[in-house]
Amino acid sequence: MKPFSLTQPKDADAAIQAHAKLPDAQFIGGGTNLLDLMKYGVMEPKSLVDLQDLSFHEIGPGSDGGLRLGAGVTNAETAEHPKVKKDYPLLSQAILSGASPQLRNMATNGGNLLQRTRCYYFYDCATACNKRRPGSGCAALKGFNRIHAILGASEHCIATHPSDMCVALVALDAVVKVRGPEGEREIAVEEFHRLPGENPEKDTVLKESELILSIELPSSNFSKHSHYLKVRDRESYAFALVSVAAALQLSGGRIVDSRVALGGVAHKPWRARAAEDFLKNKECDRDLFLEAGKLVVKDARGYGHNDFKLELAPRAVAEALLQAWKGQES
Amino acid sequence: MSVKKHYSFLVNGENHTVESYPANRLLDVLREDLRLTGCKEGCGEGECGSCSVFLDDVMVNSCLVPIAQVQGRQVRTVEALSSDPLGKILQEKFLEHNGAQCGICTPGMLVAAITLLRRNSQPTLGEIQDGLAGNLCRCTGYKKIFDAVADAAQVAREQGVLEGGKA
Repeated sequence: MKPFSLTQPKDADAAIQAHAKLPDAQFIGGGTNLLDLMKYGVMEPKSLVDLQDLSFHEIGPGSDGGLRLGAGVTNAETAEHPKVKKDYPLLSQAILSGASPQLRNMATNGGNLLQRTRCYYFYDCATACNKRRPGSGCAALKGFNRIHAILGASEHCIATHPSDMCVALVALDAVVKVRGPEGEREIAVEEFHRLPGENPEKDTVLKESELILSIELPSSNFSKHSHYLKVRDRESYAFALVSVAAALQLSGGRIVDSRVALGGVAHKPWRARAAEDFLKNKECDRDLFLEAGKLVVKDARGYGHNDFKLELAPRAVAEALLQAWKGQES
Repeated sequence: MSVKKHYSFLVNGENHTVESYPANRLLDVLREDLRLTGCKEGCGEGECGSCSVFLDDVMVNSCLVPIAQVQGRQVRTVEALSSDPLGKILQEKFLEHNGAQCGICTPGMLVAAITLLRRNSQPTLGEIQDGLAGNLCRCTGYKKIFDAVADAAQVAREQGVLEGGKA
C-alpha cells in the first residue's frame, strides 16, 4: 500500500474542509472497501479523512413519519434496528444478505452507497479498465463477464453496482442528504448512482468534497408484503448475480402499488418502473409476475458469459414478487 | 506524511499506550507491539475473519482498523476468552470435535462463535453457518467446527452459561 496521511476531524464541516484542502483525499468510514482498493493499488489517495468522530451515528425519526439513518451507522446496526425491522423489513433483509457479520459490523451506510464495483478487471491493475484508468478501454466487454451488466451499460463500461442495501433503498424511495463546500442538498438514491456513459470513472453524482450525512426513508406502505431475493453462485458471502427488491401494497389480491428494483444487472441499482406500472390495479398471479419480469429485460442485452441473466432476471423478479405476495401474516 | 503518535486503549481489561503511525493496523499493533499473537493475518483484506477481535464488544476484522480509530476504546482478543465461561466451553468443544487443524482460522472462529451464541443460544445449523460466514477455513471442511459450536451451545445452556432461548 502507498503511504498516506490520516486526519480525524471532529465535525462534518471540518471533514469537508479537510477533504477540500488535502491533496487527493478520500473520506473513510468503515474502510471495508476503500482499504482493499488501496491494497490492490486500484485507488491511491494521499490523504484519508476519518469520519469516526462525526455525530452521524444515529437512527432517528425523519420528516413526515419517515426514518433517518445516519451515514455513520453500521450496516449491522441498521439491519437490526427495531424500527427498520418492523417498518422496512425489505431493507433489513437486503443488508443481511450481503457480506459477513464482521464486515456488516464495520461497514457504514454512507460507505455502502459508495461501494465500488466488483468487476474483476477494475480490481486487476494489469488490465484495461475505463473506470480505474479512463481511456484505457474495457477488458470486460470481450472478457469473462459473467457478473456484468445487461442494462444501461455503455461501450466504455459494463460493470455492475455491487450493493444489496442500495437496491432496497431505491425500491423504498430513499433520499440521500449530503453536505459540501456549497451547502446541503438532497438526492434520491435512484438518481445518486450514475450509468457509465462516457465517464465510467464516476460512480455517483456527488460533487467534489461532498459528504453523505444521512439516508432519509419516507414512511412506507410496503412493510407487510416485501421480499429481497438474491441469486448468487454461493449461498452466503457472495455478490449477487441478480437480486430483486420487490414490494406490494395490496387490497385483497389487487395490487394498489408496487416496487421492483434489481441489483447485479446495471451500473446502478435498477428501478423497474415499467414493471411497476404494469402491475398497478391487477390481481396477484404468478403469470402476471412473470410478465412483469419480462418487461424488465425488454431493452437488455448480454455480453456472452452473462447472457443467462436475460432469463434469470425476469424469473427472479417473478419469484421475488411471489414471495412478497405471500408476505408476512398480518 | 504522518508522524507517530501515542494511542491509549484497553486490551483485555488492561490499559495500553502504544506509539504508532495512525494508519497502522490494529492487527499489527496487537501482534507485534503487544505480543498478543492469537489473532492471525489470513487475507489482510477483511475476507477471511482470522483477525477477528471485539472492538467495544462488536466483532470486527482487525486488519481493517487503523489504530487511530481505537483511541479510548476497548479491545478484547481471543486470549481473553479462556477466562470467559462460554469461551472456555467453546475451547473444549473445538478440541473434542477436532475443530482445528492448522489453527490459523481458530481464534477468529471462536470470536465469531461467541458473537453468535450470545445472540442466539439455540442456533440451527443454518444459523451457525450464517454466524460463521465471515470466517474461512481451508482445512476442516467446516463440519467439525459446526459440530463443536452446536455442542458448545448445548453444554452452555445446560450449565446455565447461556439462557435457554433465543435472544
